Amino acid sequence: MKILLIGATSAIAKAVARIYAERHASFYLLARNEERLKELADDLIVRGAAAINSQVLDLTDTTSHAEVIQNAHKALEELDIALICHGTLPDQESCESDFAQAEKALNVNGLSVVSLCTEVSKILKVQGSGTLAVITSVAGDRGRQPNFVYGAAKSMVSTYLQGLRGKLLPYNVHVIDIRPGLVDSPMTAGFEKGPLWSTPELVAGKVVRSIDSKKHTVYVPGYWRIIMAFVASIPEFIFKRLKI
Amino acid sequence: MQLHGWGRYPRIDSEQLEPASIEFVQAIINDKGFRDSVIPRGGGRSYGDSALARNVISTRFLDSFLQFNEEHGTIRCGAGVTIEHLLRVAIPKGYFAPVLPGTRFVTIGGAIAADIHGKNHQRDGSFCDHIERFSLLLASGEVLECSREENVEAFVATCGGMGLTGIVLEASLKLEKVPSITIRRESLVSANLGECIELIEKHQASKYSVAWLDCQAKGEMLGRSVLHLAEHEECGSQEFRKRWGPTVPFSTPAFLLNKYSTKLFNNALYSLRKKTAGVKIVNYDSYFFPLDNIKHWNRVFGRKGFMQYQLVVPTDSAKVALTEILKLVADSGKGLVVSVLKKFGESNENLLSFPSAGYTLTLDFKNEPTVFALLDRLDQIVLAHGGKLYLAKDARMSENVFKNSYNNWEKFVEIKNALDPDCKFASLQSKRIGLTSQV
Repeated sequence: MKILLIGATSAIAKAVARIYAERHASFYLLARNEERLKELADDLIVRGAAAINSQVLDLTDTTSHAEVIQNAHKALEELDIALICHGTLPDQESCESDFAQAEKALNVNGLSVVSLCTEVSKILKVQGSGTLAVITSVAGDRGRQPNFVYGAAKSMVSTYLQGLRGKLLPYNVHVIDIRPGLVDSPMTAGFEKGPLWSTPELVAGKVVRSIDSKKHTVYVPGYWRIIMAFVASIPEFIFKRLKI
Repeated sequence: MQLHGWGRYPRIDSEQLEPASIEFVQAIINDKGFRDSVIPRGGGRSYGDSALARNVISTRFLDSFLQFNEEHGTIRCGAGVTIEHLLRVAIPKGYFAPVLPGTRFVTIGGAIAADIHGKNHQRDGSFCDHIERFSLLLASGEVLECSREENVEAFVATCGGMGLTGIVLEASLKLEKVPSITIRRESLVSANLGECIELIEKHQASKYSVAWLDCQAKGEMLGRSVLHLAEHEECGSQEFRKRWGPTVPFSTPAFLLNKYSTKLFNNALYSLRKKTAGVKIVNYDSYFFPLDNIKHWNRVFGRKGFMQYQLVVPTDSAKVALTEILKLVADSGKGLVVSVLKKFGESNENLLSFPSAGYTLTLDFKNEPTVFALLDRLDQIVLAHGGKLYLAKDARMSENVFKNSYNNWEKFVEIKNALDPDCKFASLQSKRIGLTSQV
């Protein structure tokens, strides 16, 4: 099994990679921090990975994407799964007062993902097989006051994937949109954790099962589908007054 | 946030930091002018207050493997790697953890800090006996490589040192080659404590040995138990397996656990185990981790939590001391369900390690005001027979009891002061038992 992992050192990506390493997969890893990438590569080898190649890069630099994905394809020879996991959680308040911050957040969480999907799709189309899985968020289901910039970026990706899924269907390429709820990872270090929080390991287990069984849109854990359906059904005249 | 140990008593408001990498741990230690003490925390499976302080540094994200030498069976990994993940990697290659605690959720860092033991202490020693080296982050920000050749004092103080010397970042461990992980278990029934001790003595050659004891039985039946001996099967599974089981979703009302219900439960458990006596092939996880299958089983003991009390007494006085203790516990009716009796082999050179030649008994008690006086009385019996209590289980031992039972505590404090002169690392426990100053 050949896997391209983008944003490989994120907590969810790491946990997913560990599961595939036990299945002796080969990896091409992309991430920003060289030391963390090296650490992950060593870890995956010990856990059973067959082979590992990696490249350090700043994923917001979309001009490099075409070449990077080509390199990955060359190294792996074929591509069974491409999983896009990178993202940052911006500070909503500063995004509202400074567009540069908002733009950065939209780039990392939205545009860079669309760019990567474009490049990966080209390869999968030619190949005529494979799965493109993208980690989005339940935050994209409705613009909520505490994080609508992040939510807007994620919602853009989700909408994009909905269309792409149909486009790639004739090419036997599967597209999965994975929407985790609150995940207790380094990205959410500053938050007070409650009963609705899940762990990267739990999310990873579901990601792998969803890829195995070719799901379309996955909420992790599953109860977020119900929570978000409820949130989405609140009439706007009430919703606009809610600070949830 | 509110933090507690596995026993859910005591609780403390603390700031928990979860650094994503070693560099972040170093940055925290270097930059942060902690106003109060700091303690590292692994899986949070110690029962009492040994991983509680105003500031807690969790090693949960230091969970990477660095290297595995499959020929020699040595593995180097981050302190936050759990026993479960260690087994995931080791088992398919024909290896096994040399020492296994009662739960697979313990981290390597925590296992070193408590120098944990398993059901094979008599034969294989404790966890740190299989640690080759580790890197220790000191309060100064310096990283010290410690082994039996290098920085030996830091090594013997850190092994079993309850995280008070610094933060273990990475460790190298020697795994054990096993023919398979399928376990051949033999259960032997004994009608009382005397018989049980005789059986344990008679089967000292067995690889694993643990007795489950009915702590509610009185009189002739005092200490009646079922001894589980076990060996690895020559031919069997080499596959990691994880069981899925139910979760205890919330704390059950504490009054449900009373004299009568626990007696009933102990009786039922004893009868059940008695019925299944004889030889049986079992999976390793049900033998080593019988309770892991039930998530959050510690919630069964109610919102106020519970205390586990683990003692060791020398072999010579074991029968007398354990009889006295079991009598008190049975008469009080306060002992809960999980009582375990094991025999330890010789102690090692680590200064605060718990295991030492003799018998170790584990008892569970619900946290209620009247139980403290009972435990104080048990302390006196343990002390009188030259025994001691396990720090990883303890939440209430007095300074006096600690200092009278751990003979090397002064030597430990000396090394700790050299490694951590400003006493940055301290836990609720270390303050209570006088290993670090109260303020």
